[in-house]
Amino acid sequence: MVDPAYLVGAGAAVGAVLRYATNRYVDGLAADRRFPYGTFTVNVVGSFVLALVTFLGAGADVLHLVGTGACGSYTTFSSFSVDTVRLWETGDRLVAGWYAAANFLGALAGIGLAFALSTL
Amino acid sequence: MTRTTAERLRTLEIVFLVAVGGFAGANLRYVFSLAIPGLGGTFAANVLGCLALGFLVYEAELVGLLAEETGFVAATGFLSSFTTYSTFALEAVQSPTLTAVGYVAATYVCGFGAVLVGRRLARLLEGVV
Repeated sequence: MVDPAYLVGAGAAVGAVLRYATNRYVDGLAADRRFPYGTFTVNVVGSFVLALVTFLGAGADVLHLVGTGACGSYTTFSSFSVDTVRLWETGDRLVAGWYAAANFLGALAGIGLAFALSTL
Repeated sequence: MTRTTAERLRTLEIVFLVAVGGFAGANLRYVFSLAIPGLGGTFAANVLGCLALGFLVYEAELVGLLAEETGFVAATGFLSSFTTYSTFALEAVQSPTLTAVGYVAATYVCGFGAVLVGRRLARLLEGVV
């Protein structure tokens, strides 16, 4: 058995680099820079993958590596909060409110899709 | 577009810094989840991470003492991995409705509040430096 800390750390190193790459890629595509599409994307995709491995009944090792490590690090609450506060203070208050709601609704949709797929 | 060797090495350096920070940040979140069972571990990690990232982001904007590399290892690597949205969302979905509403509201309110506290600390530092 592998110590969970190694699994969490190894998954996290990959997840953090993938988040950085996703942010660079998505923010390069997005025309409307006021909505932080990069962080929104990682939060929705990461929630979907975490829910999928959880609902499929993965073992402890996979949950540590992919769940706590990779998905936990791929998604981020701190960047999301800073993004929201910055939108609010620069006067984009509607965008800030929508961004805060959209992250949760997107994560819910991802988790719902994972649940549906896991019951097939 | 061809990239120079220097640019490739710089990208490699950034990837390394983000990976090392991510390794440590996620492990600290894991320790929190073991020390504080239930929703409290994720909540504590998310709020503390918001406070620290708020400070770092506004420090970079207002003061600028810290090097760019510190941002990659501490902000992009460590803090963004220490905090998590996926575990937060899944925990909310798996909780009873009333608990879930309270958990989401508390994390949002305390997380945004913590960013403002971090901004305040950066402004204090700006006044000192």
